[in-house]
Amino acid sequence: MPAFVTFTLLIVVLSAVVAHVVVAKVRPWLWKLVAALGTVMLVGLCYLGLVWAPPEQYMSNVGRILYVHVPHIWVALAAFTLNVGCGVAYLLKKSWVTDALAEASAEVGVYFGAAGVAMGSIWARPTWGVWWDWDPRLISTTVMLLAYVGYLALRSFTEDPERRATWSSAAAILSYVSLPIVWYSVRWWNSLHQVQSSTSTVDKPMGQVLLWGLVTMLCWLFVFIVKRYEIARSRQTAAMELPPLEAPRPEAA
Amino acid sequence: MTPRLSLVAAAWLVFRKDLQIEWRTRARLTALLFFSLATLLLFSFAMGPDITTLRAHAPGYLWLGLLFASILSLGESFRVESENQALTGLVLTPVEARAIFLGKVFGNAALLFLLSLVLLPVTVALYDVELGRAPHLLVLVLLLGAIGISAPGTVYSAISANARARDVMLPLLLFPVLVPLLLAAVSATKFTLQPDPQEQLASWLKLLTAFDLIYLSVGFLLFPRIAEED
Amino acid sequence: MLSSQLAVEALDISKRFGARWALSRLSFSLAQGRSLLLTGHNGSGKTTLLRLIATASFPTAGTLKVLGFDSRSQRAELRPSVALVSHASFHYEDLTAAQNLLLSARLLAVPQAHQTVTHLLERMGLAARADSPVRQFSAGMRKRLAIARLLMKAPKLALLDEPFGELDPAGIQQMEGLIRELQGQGTSVVLATHLIEQGLTLTTERLHLEGGRKAATS
Repeated sequence: MPAFVTFTLLIVVLSAVVAHVVVAKVRPWLWKLVAALGTVMLVGLCYLGLVWAPPEQYMSNVGRILYVHVPHIWVALAAFTLNVGCGVAYLLKKSWVTDALAEASAEVGVYFGAAGVAMGSIWARPTWGVWWDWDPRLISTTVMLLAYVGYLALRSFTEDPERRATWSSAAAILSYVSLPIVWYSVRWWNSLHQVQSSTSTVDKPMGQVLLWGLVTMLCWLFVFIVKRYEIARSRQTAAMELPPLEAPRPEAA
Repeated sequence: MTPRLSLVAAAWLVFRKDLQIEWRTRARLTALLFFSLATLLLFSFAMGPDITTLRAHAPGYLWLGLLFASILSLGESFRVESENQALTGLVLTPVEARAIFLGKVFGNAALLFLLSLVLLPVTVALYDVELGRAPHLLVLVLLLGAIGISAPGTVYSAISANARARDVMLPLLLFPVLVPLLLAAVSATKFTLQPDPQEQLASWLKLLTAFDLIYLSVGFLLFPRIAEED
Repeated sequence: MLSSQLAVEALDISKRFGARWALSRLSFSLAQGRSLLLTGHNGSGKTTLLRLIATASFPTAGTLKVLGFDSRSQRAELRPSVALVSHASFHYEDLTAAQNLLLSARLLAVPQAHQTVTHLLERMGLAARADSPVRQFSAGMRKRLAIARLLMKAPKLALLDEPFGELDPAGIQQMEGLIRELQGQGTSVVLATHLIEQGLTLTTERLHLEGGRKAATS
C-alpha cells in the first residue's frame, strides 16, 4: 500500500480539524464526515493490521495489538497536551471556551489512555512474560493517566465554575510538568537494573499500519472531543447568562 | 501608608507563623510522629523478619512513611488556613500570595525534614541500616526530598482544602506527581546507605534538585491564582 | 479625577456563585469620607458586597472601583487602605490573641509592633486574655480582636459586617464610639447591620438590598 495514501488522509483529517476550529459554518456537519471516515478507516485498520501486515519478527501475531495500542497512547498524549494548553490559556485569559475544551480533552484523553495502557498490559504479558514492566513509556503514560483521573475527580468535586476552571488548570499544569521528569527518572532507574527495554526496530509495513492507525484514532479523538465539548458548553451556558436588568418579580426575589 | 515588606521578609513571617502554630499544637505533631513510626513498624511486619530484605528496602519504607505523613501534615497546614478564612485574611493584609507560597512550602518542608531526622534512628532499630557511610549526603537527600514533597504538595493542598472530599483529593492529585520524586529520593537514599559502585548518587541528587526547582517555580507562578478567588 | 474622590463606585456589578446570582446589576457610589449603611435580609448579598469591596472576591461582571482603584487589576495598591471585619474573623485559632495581632503588625510593618499590640489589646479590653489561644475565645472577644486588627491598619475605608452582633450593650456602645472616631479621622465606613436604629445614627447614606438587587429606598 502506498504510503502517500495514509499521508493524504492524515492531511485531510488535520485540515478538517482546522476547518472546524476556523469556520463556524461547517461545525454542524463536518464531524459526521470525520466520523464516517473514521469508521471506514477502522474497518481498514482491521484488515491491514490482522491480514495485510506480516507477523512481527519476534512477537508473531501477538504483536498486531500494537497497531491499536500505540495510536491510542499517541492520541491520549495529544489530548492531554491540548488539555494543558487550554489550562495555560485559561490562566492567561479567562474563557469558558477553553475551560469546556479542557474538560472535553481530559475526559477523552483518559479514555484513550486507559484503553491504551490496558492493551499495552495485554501485549506485555506474552511478550515480556509480565503484565507490568518498568518501561519509561508505560510508566509515564500510566502516571499521566492517574494524574488525569485526579484532575477529573477535582472537577467533579468543585461546584463553583470559576474555581473549578482555575484549580483544574493548575492541576493540569502541575501533572503535565511531571511527564518528562517521570520519563527520565524511570530511564535512569532502568539503566541501573539493566531491564531490557523494548526498542525493537519498526520495519516498513509495520510503520505504515501504525500511521494508518494513528489517522484512524485521530478521527475518533476529534469526534469525541467535539461532542464532549458541545455537552460541556451546553452545561455552561445555562448558568452563564447575566441576570436581567429588572428584578423578575418582587416575591420571586 | 506603611512601608511594604519585601517578598522574602513576608515569606519569613509566614514561615515563622507556621512553625509557631506547629509548636502550639505539638500534640498533633506528636500524633504525626507516632503515625509514621507505626507505618515503619507495619512495613517490617508486612515483610517478615528477614533482615537482609528489610535492610535492602529500608529507603523505600522510609520515604513511603514520610509520604503518608506528608499527606496528613499538608492537609493540616491548609485546614489551619481555611479555618476563619485565615488565608484570605493574609492576602488582604496584604501579603503577596507568592510570599505565602514560599513561607508555607518551607514551613511544610521543615516539618517533614525534622520528621525524617527523627525517623532515621528508627530505621536503624527496625531495619538495621548503617547511617555512617555518608551522613551529610543523607541529610541533603532528606532535605531535598522534603522540599520536593512540599512544593507541589502546598499547591495541591491549597486546592483540596476547599474542595469536597478533601481527604481523598490531596493524595489523588499529589501521588502521581510525586512518582519521580519518590524514585529519585529512594535511589539517592539507598546510595548513601549502601555501596555505590557506579557512582549513581550524583545523578539522583541532580534529579532531586531539578524536581525541587521546577515545582518551586511552577508553584510560585500558579499559587496566586489559587490563593485568591476569581 | 472624579472617581478618586469616591470611596466606592460600583457600575453594574454582578456576582455569581455556581448558578446563583448573589448580586445582580448593582450600581451605586459613595463619596470619600461619607458612610454607608447596608441593610437587607440574610442572604440579600450584604456580605458578598463587602467581600467584593474588600477584594476578597471579585465581581463576575461589571466594574468596581474602590478609592479610585479597580478592585481586580489594582488590588495590590488598594489593599493597604481597606480593612474588613466580617463573620470569618481571619484569625489563627491556635495562636494567641497577641500572636495574631503581632503577626498582622509585622506584616504591615508597623513600627514598635509590640507596644502597638499591647496598647490595642488593652483598648479592646483583651489584655487579660492576650496569651490565650483564640480557640478559647467567645464570639464577642473574637469580634473585639478583629476590630483591634482593623484599628491597627488605620484604613481609609472600613468595611464592617455586623459589628454589633455578639457584643454586649457596653460593647455596642464602645463600637459606636470607635466608628465615630474612625469617621472623625476621615475614614469612610460601610456598615452592614440588622440594628437599623444604630446604623442610621452613624451613617449618612443607605443602601437596601433585596435578593442581590438594589431596592428603592426613601
